[in-house]
Amino acid sequence: MSCEPWQCAEIAATKKANPITKPEVAVAMIKKAARPILIVGSNATERWMKGKQLIEYLIDFAKASKVPVVATAHMVSEFLKRGYEPAAFMSAMDIGNRLVDSEWQGIDGKGHPDLALFIGLPYYMESLILSGLKHFAPDLKTITLDNLYHAHASWSFSNATLEDWANNLKVMTSKFEEGGK
Amino acid sequence: MTSKNVHMKIGEMKTSTGLIKNLEISIGRVVDDSWAEPMGPTPMPGLTTLRDWDMMLLNKYKPFYMPDCDLCCFCTYGKCDLTAGKRGACGLGIAAQSSRIVLLACSIGAATHTGHARHVVDHLIEKYGRRYPIDVGGLNVQVEAPVTRLVTGIKPETLGDLDEVLEYCETQVTHLLSVVHTGQEANNLDFESKAFHAGRIDQVGMEVADMAQISVFDFPKADPEAPLIQMGIGTVDTSKPVIMCIGHNVVPSVGIIDYMKDNDLADKLEVVGLCCTAIDSTRYFDRAKIVGPISWQLRFVRGGFADVVVLDEQCIRTDISLEAARVNAPVIAASEKNCIGFKNRTNDPADEIVADLVSGKVPGVLILDPEKVGEVAVKVAKQIAPIRKKKRVLPEIEEVVALAKTCRQCNLCQRSCPQDLNIPAALKAAAEGNLAPLTDLYEECIGCGRCEEACPVKLEIHSFILKAGEKHMIEEKNFCRAGRGAVQDIEIRSVGGPIVLGEIPGILAVVGCANYPHGGKDVYDICREFALRRFIVMTSGCSAMSAGSYRNEEGKTLYEEFPGAFDAGGVLNVGSCVSNPHIAGAAIKVASIFAKRNLRGNYEEIADYIHNRVGAVGLAWGAYSQKAASIASGFWSLGVPVLVGPHGSKYRRMLLGRADKKEDWDVYDARTGDKVNVGPAPEHLFQTVETPQEAMVAIAKLCMRPNDTWKGRSIKLSHYIDLHKRHYGTMPQDLHLFVRTMADVPMTMKDEITKILEAKGWKETVIPDPTLLPRMIRKKKE
Repeated sequence: MSCEPWQCAEIAATKKANPITKPEVAVAMIKKAARPILIVGSNATERWMKGKQLIEYLIDFAKASKVPVVATAHMVSEFLKRGYEPAAFMSAMDIGNRLVDSEWQGIDGKGHPDLALFIGLPYYMESLILSGLKHFAPDLKTITLDNLYHAHASWSFSNATLEDWANNLKVMTSKFEEGGK
Repeated sequence: MTSKNVHMKIGEMKTSTGLIKNLEISIGRVVDDSWAEPMGPTPMPGLTTLRDWDMMLLNKYKPFYMPDCDLCCFCTYGKCDLTAGKRGACGLGIAAQSSRIVLLACSIGAATHTGHARHVVDHLIEKYGRRYPIDVGGLNVQVEAPVTRLVTGIKPETLGDLDEVLEYCETQVTHLLSVVHTGQEANNLDFESKAFHAGRIDQVGMEVADMAQISVFDFPKADPEAPLIQMGIGTVDTSKPVIMCIGHNVVPSVGIIDYMKDNDLADKLEVVGLCCTAIDSTRYFDRAKIVGPISWQLRFVRGGFADVVVLDEQCIRTDISLEAARVNAPVIAASEKNCIGFKNRTNDPADEIVADLVSGKVPGVLILDPEKVGEVAVKVAKQIAPIRKKKRVLPEIEEVVALAKTCRQCNLCQRSCPQDLNIPAALKAAAEGNLAPLTDLYEECIGCGRCEEACPVKLEIHSFILKAGEKHMIEEKNFCRAGRGAVQDIEIRSVGGPIVLGEIPGILAVVGCANYPHGGKDVYDICREFALRRFIVMTSGCSAMSAGSYRNEEGKTLYEEFPGAFDAGGVLNVGSCVSNPHIAGAAIKVASIFAKRNLRGNYEEIADYIHNRVGAVGLAWGAYSQKAASIASGFWSLGVPVLVGPHGSKYRRMLLGRADKKEDWDVYDARTGDKVNVGPAPEHLFQTVETPQEAMVAIAKLCMRPNDTWKGRSIKLSHYIDLHKRHYGTMPQDLHLFVRTMADVPMTMKDEITKILEAKGWKETVIPDPTLLPRMIRKKKE
């Protein structure tokens, strides 16, 4: 599908996300980043693809990529139930607010993230947070791993089916499994 | 208490000292001040009077902006691209522009409530006179206008006094709106401070409106046992003519109910309401019924239930007259703010108007006389009901199936749906004869109709959802407690201590509109959870309806299960939107009645007291409007945190504390002047939460206050930990920030928490007499 905002009324921004045409591109950017984080929202348990919940794909991805996970809302319990401990959990607003603070030293206290990956937040919330980061965290790169195009991200997949989404996440995971971080 | 515009003229008067001829005296205002309480430092504050206080809060809870748009298109220099640090032609950057929009929203909200109050007060003064006494609770409510007293320094006693209060509000709203003009304010925090001021004015405007209508219309007066009101589409007796009132201003509804009563028709017709007009008409007449929240307008009209639609003001679908025309239901517009293009028939004979509406000669009329609205609405309903026979525009099931087969599966409906509902899948199933997925959408649909606007083959998708959910719709029979109005002074006396000491773990105010992410059940679940935990749960507006729209395992609604008193475990509906100041007022009265602080024109001290001592949290789970923004702003300015559901992120600005910055959480100990670190209590002033589970954990945490005694903090921590473990599956990571002494630690968790505290390097601190205001320090340090 196209690189138009998923929700029709989210008129494209003046500075639009670059489209990610294939998952390998995202993998390359993640590998290039020194301090990436993955922010996972509450749709992680709402979306099902090929009989698996999104959160299960994300656990596989996080384990393979070693990208630390920040769970928003009550998602931490969902990760813990599945035997995976996220690096941190906080509200979506809190992580957004910390990311715009250039002096924040990250969830491990060792330095500000240089790349924030987003997935699974309600579309409009994610869009707004990405807008906040675009405007107020100019040194931060953002990528959305959703199957919905987000104009305010630095990089975004285009609108895609659930099947394509599942395949993209699987390919990304496998690329990390093959090559390590 | 005061009168104004006194003009005295003496033609000729002989006195013992001489002769007076042609003496004229004109006085702008005579102050007859019999109120013993001394005036505080900030009566009738202007735009900058409370700026220092606002900045204190804004420094602690800094704005986090999420611009909805990269552009500014306010003036003809534009459009200007403000992306990532660029300034517009006027020099404004994106932070200031974002806060400017916040101020605009709050000013619109304040103007709307003040305008509403102005209409009610002018109407009642014209009808009952300026000297009509204010009475919101008789001897049970001596502090009758806590917000007005606090902000303006006026103790209103008559309708005429309210007129004076409104003049102040109107002046301030004008100034506030002018600040938004291009080339005025430049700094984002100054915009924010002014948004706080809009919130203060908004609270006063709302309080005036509700005081006036409670006093004159004899609404329940601070009554914990206000009657239970029938609620839901299933409660409407459709064998009778049905008049549906939509909006917020009850005056036209009162005209209808009075006409019915005067003509012995009270049980011959149904008067039902949507949105806050419903709440207020049931405060006036307990046989009126509440159909439901704002989002059910299309539902009720397309379902054909309404024989006449009466519109007053605010939150009304602007296409409702078009929808009503489809079901042959005439429309009466009854507010000068909402004329809908109809001809003004206010001065025409009622029977002529009735004839025109019943015959269909005109689809609707504008009538600005509420008594005439009453007569016309009743007569039209009676005459047209047998003609229109509850005409509806919902399709039959077979039609839904047939039409669903024409769906192109283009996804535009889902992409236009604010809820991102999977409508294409539901339509695909419907085309195959399975309506269950469409039925499932009924509960989550907010009734906006955007799906239909987007559909390229013009499917009436919302009607399909209504048809699929019809059984559920007509079985909706619940109860809402009529809005009780104020909290009694004696209730404050009995619970003020436990609230301030923390032994009642918190006051949860669930308010606002119905733009819920997954239906109204979340509101019910959250209210019930905290009522069972013996918090005080207050509701208003559409949230009050949603709270009453579900039942427990014994079949009881929330208002049947819990008492309506302002007490631990109480669930009290204060009323409509304009009743929200009773919630703020309860917190203010804790400071005034329990702590005996002067409140007259003493905003900063009282807000400081509330912020540090009263564990109150607002939740607007489905907030959508500019009025909701200004209501929230009134609470921010008092230092009361407000949570919004996920759609609330679209307000584009949060006010967030940083728990990880210890230096942000110092207060003064008023006893010694020492600075004491009290931790992030409360952590945020305005925050979006994503799920009801997150909301529950956040509510429990945000109820903590620096003043909590060890016993109170221990109780609050128990709730926080319990909810955190249940919903997050683990202990809170920030527990050490909320433990001041080991006595704070809940007894049953002592071992577990002690280990956590040791691992975090926790150190004991003191419990201060907390204040943010240096002037409140009683003993200056040498």
